[in-house]
Amino acid sequence: MNRLLPILTVVAAIVVLWYGAAVWLNGPWVQDQAARAGVTVSGMDFVGQTMTQDRPVLPAPHQVIKGLYDGVAGQAITSKKSLIYHGWITLSGTLLGFVIGTGLGILLAVGIVHNKAMDLSVMPWAIASQMIPIIAIAPMLAVVMNSLGASGIVTKAIISAYLSFFPVVVGMVKGLRSPDAMQLDLLRTYSAGEATTLGKLRLPSSMPYLFASLKVGIAASLVGAIVGELNQPAGLGARLLSGSYYGQTVQIWAALFAAATMAALLVVGIGRIETVTLRRMGMAR
Amino acid sequence: MSWLIFAVVFWLVAWGVNSYAARVAGRNRWVRLFVPTLFGITVLVVWEAVIKGLQVSPIILPPPSAIGAKLASSLPVLWGDLVQTFFKGALSGYLIGCGAAVLVAVAIDRSPFLQRGLLPVGNFVAALPIVGIAPIMVMWFGFDWQSKAAVVVVMVFFPVLVNTVAGLSASDRMQRDLMATWGASYWQGLWKLRLPAAMPFIFNGLKIAGTLALIGAIVAEFFGSPTRGMGFRITAEIGQLGLDMIWAEIAVAALAGSAFYGLIALIERGVTFWHPSQRN
Repeated sequence: MNRLLPILTVVAAIVVLWYGAAVWLNGPWVQDQAARAGVTVSGMDFVGQTMTQDRPVLPAPHQVIKGLYDGVAGQAITSKKSLIYHGWITLSGTLLGFVIGTGLGILLAVGIVHNKAMDLSVMPWAIASQMIPIIAIAPMLAVVMNSLGASGIVTKAIISAYLSFFPVVVGMVKGLRSPDAMQLDLLRTYSAGEATTLGKLRLPSSMPYLFASLKVGIAASLVGAIVGELNQPAGLGARLLSGSYYGQTVQIWAALFAAATMAALLVVGIGRIETVTLRRMGMAR
Repeated sequence: MSWLIFAVVFWLVAWGVNSYAARVAGRNRWVRLFVPTLFGITVLVVWEAVIKGLQVSPIILPPPSAIGAKLASSLPVLWGDLVQTFFKGALSGYLIGCGAAVLVAVAIDRSPFLQRGLLPVGNFVAALPIVGIAPIMVMWFGFDWQSKAAVVVVMVFFPVLVNTVAGLSASDRMQRDLMATWGASYWQGLWKLRLPAAMPFIFNGLKIAGTLALIGAIVAEFFGSPTRGMGFRITAEIGQLGLDMIWAEIAVAALAGSAFYGLIALIERGVTFWHPSQRN
């Protein structure tokens, strides 16, 4: 309760501010309509009308929740209006790309840790790539992959993989180097080879670093999938773009909240796996 | 065919040189600079040679020489795009967002209740795909740079807020007690002890936000922009299959991103010269 109360207060304050902003931003339209009809609206009537518009400037929270509910529960899940349908398309691309990016990232990190030349050549570029807006290549990758005949999910997955790749490389290199000299020396006195050291010492002790970068990576993957969908027919990114073309603000906000929920579930899911794994390995803090 | 053989030979030679250099003098400063540079050059040469050798169509992947030529021949356009996206959109949003985040962090500093409420919310929001608000901001603030700046403000706010709040509690109990024994007021303590002590954390947030700012400004342009800007140019050139121009824009974005990061790192070194990570 001691931890929940402040959070609930802040969330409640945000909701109140949001309603206030909805009245403020949607008000001019109501006044405009009323002026055209030659009537005056005031008081609760005015407030009520700012929250029931079809295309409000800022939909009130309950309109967004209704949009979300309609999208999730109000449609058959095969329908083009269903958020579950679009969400699944985004999620599948995200997860495929995340698995590819993470796998390649771990492999490269193992290579970097074991090969001095690779470390010196690749590592500065991997670090530099984190300051670069990689996402700018997403639309181009999408076109190139299309012209090469790749399907939509593969295109998205490649963008997602690319975005999750570098955080995992950087995090895993740090993790694989985290055993201290004493531990490495101990394994050398056991005359353990590189492979044994990797399997029995380096990989286990890199787990906290791995999970930290997985959380960053999955969020980046989702952003990549959404941006990769901007020129595709389906997915949450496509929902965002079509909503912005047709001024369907409720649709945009519903898609946005669906994406946010998905991101939260993915990060929390990885956090859960992290807790369980670290506890089983006796590394829980 | 000869191009492909050249690519393989060049790659093997460069690999050999790099392994040798890393093995013999891996600690030398110049070698540490030389090895990644040679790696970068090798990537470019192999890229160029493979494209020439396999005769890859330039609408799939243009060779680096074509990208370089395009970059050199369209400098005014690229500069205009950079001004629109980076200086107007990203930078103004970055300054507003980071400034607001630091101010809010100082404002809620005296209230542990607000901190306990805002920190989890801020951490949660920082993990969300905030770029998704881009279409909404474009709808509210129009196609020009104001909407891009608004997206950037929202994107950079929470990482900087979370880091600043963490930084403000970074000073030791002992140091704060010392300030108290000198009869320092809250503001003196904040200004002379806790803000300086928070600087490494704040700069960490500022660095994360620097990358986010450029991403936000470019992606927001995918949802609507005037006829200039990096994101606009990328979407427009896709329609004409002008991939060399897109790569040129990406090169400029990469340069701007690293230069901005470097600038923040330089300022950090000046401000937090006392911190162990800045001392060699």
